[in-house]
Amino acid sequence: MTDHRSQAELVRQSLKARYRKERRFRAYGILAIAIALAALVTLFADIIGKGYTGFAKTTVTLEVDLDGEVMYLDDPTDKRQLKMADFVEPLILALMEEIPGATEDDRDLISELINPYASVTLRDALKDNPEWLGTTRTMTFLTHTDVDVYVKHAGDEGYSIKLNDQQQAWVDELVERGLVETSFNDVFFSGGDSRDPSKAGILGAVVGSLLTMFVTLVLSFPIGVAAAIYLEEFAPQNKFTDFIEVNINNLAAVPSIIFGLLGLAVFINLFGMPRSVPVVGGLVLTLMTLPTIIISSRAAIKSVPPSIREAAEGIGASKMQVVLHHVLPLAMPGMLTGSIIGMAQALGETAPLLLIGMVAFIVDVPDGFFDSATVLPVQVFLWAGSPELAFIERASAAIMVLLAFLISMNALAIWLRKRLERRW
Amino acid sequence: MQPANLLLLTVVLALITYGFAYARSRALAMPLGGIRHLKSLPFYYGARAALWSGIPALIVLALWAAFEGKVIQTLVLGSLPPDSVPQGAGQASLLLSKISNVASGALPVGFVDQSIADAAERLKGLREQSRMLMTALVISVAVLAGFLGWLRVRPKLNARSQVESILKWLFFACAALAILTTVGIIFSVAYETVRFFGQVPFTEFFFGSQWSPQTALRADQVAAEGAFGMIPLFTGTLLISAIAMIVAVPVGLMSAIYLSEYASKRVRGTVKPLLEMLAGIPTVVYGFFAALTVAPFISDLASSLGIDAASQSALAAGGVMGIMIIPFVSSLSDDVINAVPQSLRDGSLALGATQSETMKKVIFPAALPGIMGGVLLAVSRAIGETMIVVMAAGLAANLTANPLEAVTTVTVQIVTLLTGDQEFDSAKTLAAFALGAMLFLATLLLNIIALRIVRKYREQYD
Repeated sequence: MTDHRSQAELVRQSLKARYRKERRFRAYGILAIAIALAALVTLFADIIGKGYTGFAKTTVTLEVDLDGEVMYLDDPTDKRQLKMADFVEPLILALMEEIPGATEDDRDLISELINPYASVTLRDALKDNPEWLGTTRTMTFLTHTDVDVYVKHAGDEGYSIKLNDQQQAWVDELVERGLVETSFNDVFFSGGDSRDPSKAGILGAVVGSLLTMFVTLVLSFPIGVAAAIYLEEFAPQNKFTDFIEVNINNLAAVPSIIFGLLGLAVFINLFGMPRSVPVVGGLVLTLMTLPTIIISSRAAIKSVPPSIREAAEGIGASKMQVVLHHVLPLAMPGMLTGSIIGMAQALGETAPLLLIGMVAFIVDVPDGFFDSATVLPVQVFLWAGSPELAFIERASAAIMVLLAFLISMNALAIWLRKRLERRW
Repeated sequence: MQPANLLLLTVVLALITYGFAYARSRALAMPLGGIRHLKSLPFYYGARAALWSGIPALIVLALWAAFEGKVIQTLVLGSLPPDSVPQGAGQASLLLSKISNVASGALPVGFVDQSIADAAERLKGLREQSRMLMTALVISVAVLAGFLGWLRVRPKLNARSQVESILKWLFFACAALAILTTVGIIFSVAYETVRFFGQVPFTEFFFGSQWSPQTALRADQVAAEGAFGMIPLFTGTLLISAIAMIVAVPVGLMSAIYLSEYASKRVRGTVKPLLEMLAGIPTVVYGFFAALTVAPFISDLASSLGIDAASQSALAAGGVMGIMIIPFVSSLSDDVINAVPQSLRDGSLALGATQSETMKKVIFPAALPGIMGGVLLAVSRAIGETMIVVMAAGLAANLTANPLEAVTTVTVQIVTLLTGDQEFDSAKTLAAFALGAMLFLATLLLNIIALRIVRKYREQYD
């Protein structure tokens, strides 16, 4: 009898340890989830913390005396004169007016405060309003990138301030008087890429992304759905269709950069298509997203119950009519959600596009499928690699825009699934 | 005429043909006493004619567009005077880009030889001719084929079955595109790889421990190009993948276990989509995070502890890659764990085991093969991942196992060798394709094994 009792005692003693183990195991699970979510939160916090300043621009408001003699301009409607005229001088003079105690010796230092593109702004204004010549106007210009960095990140250790003490004092003074201000950065949304961070925008990349996505969608959705229909509804069970299936599953797991190699070798070297254009990008991304779309479309077709098919066949529909008139409409929501998710993947893809030359520095907004373009993720990559720190906040801001696109696409997919999902 | 417009025109022509054939089938049905005496509905006669008109025209269009550039290039090169014919493929491509620059007006005529200016003129002329020829050909094919289709509309013709079989072939062609893609991948990398091994010996590539494609290390090296030993690249890739797995597997697996066994429905419903968000973030964003936040943090931390760390470290790239792969591991493990039948759990719990004991001793062993398959797929993904390593891992080919040093990977080298200026027959460029071939083979092998395992064990309990 002592045996039993000691065994029971043993169990009782070990029970505590076992429960401890149980709690520990559970804690590991919670810890794992916490780590993953902490990584997500850190990532978002980091990007937003780095990038929110990218949505602001720094401007200076000046009273510019549009004196024809200073600018060497007496007829603003003359294109040649406009080209030759000096639009920097009036800006510097206006700035010097605003800075008390500035002398001729400070000229160079002061000229470093204004954006190199401000003169272009002035020229365009004069071109549009020739009657302004000889008057004094209150106008707003972009400041130099260094001023922008100083105003936004004065106490930030991550940024090196390039202005000297004298310049910093001037800018402080101008900020105090309300002449230098930060406001919403519309340039960021309306400009193409630029060497100057304060002038760089994402419009070119967004348009490039949209064009590329359009090509991808137009090609991959119909082809993917057609392939899924064939494999699910018409394919005979033989070695060849097995082979196609294995192939599709493999392609879904092939590294994306391999598709870039394919695009480079086939579309560019073999077919002689131009580099760095949305059409080639779209083709490469099509091949890359097709497996995803095919797999999800097949799942959608599979979920349509056989009773639907049988009912249609029962009243004399042919196989093709069953599929096109009955199965396809019912499977469409599932196919759409799958495709949206595939498109979201394609939208964020960078590596294959690097290989087909979409890393080129392109200032203009593309206006066609055969026009040189870059896409949003590649723009992020380019800016992230730039030595100028002011580009980092632009890159982070661009990432926020990219993530906003992606999250809304995924939300759309979830909404569609919820809205159109049917239980049989 | 732009190809896009031509496409539109072809579609319009096909639609017109549709209309005509539809009308004709109805007209033919009239004397018979209505469309019920037709073999198929009028719609199918129209669709058949439209397919007849559209498909051949589109095929001609596609073929023409695909090979137009090459043919014109060859013709232009052939027309050059004998003394200025380029020697190698590299020179030819250089010359061609010069010619097309002159043709497009980017390079003024005054800056180049007369022969090149002539060639540019010729290029322009040929392009013009080709465009006209293509337009004429495509339109005439569309009209002719459509007309033939229209002529053959008869009440007895079973248009529906014909349309359906054409459609079926179209669907088949779409499915077969997957094979074509694989074949395309294999051919594009294999062809260049063979050329690469023509210049660099097999043994040097596979067993060389030096990778420096840009500079020559020894005098006897091929074309003074550099060293092409892939061992440091592969060790770098493996090092980073191993770090990624050390992060991703425990975290992914434990969160999958917690979510499937312990979590309430509400927790699961909120945490799972959040985890999946990690999978939806573009890799360039992870790369940005790794290069600008994690790598400096690690190197600061290491130097404050008195350890030497490179500013771009394998640890930063691998750690962030691990975070990226967490949702992948967790959703695959989740599937596999959920596939283990409830009866096994109930049996174990009924015997008095705690939940964690059930998990560790019953469910985990049962799910292990499937989990292994998932992990292998994750490894394949880590090996092929590009942007994170391009941005955060570095370019120096170090043969090291120290995670605090900068290493380089296969994908990084492919990207660096193929972006920027390049000529297409140098060992440097070809090396990228050889690396691509190795990468493709390695991931293919992993994928095949992994997919097999996952599929086999998922079905076991069904």
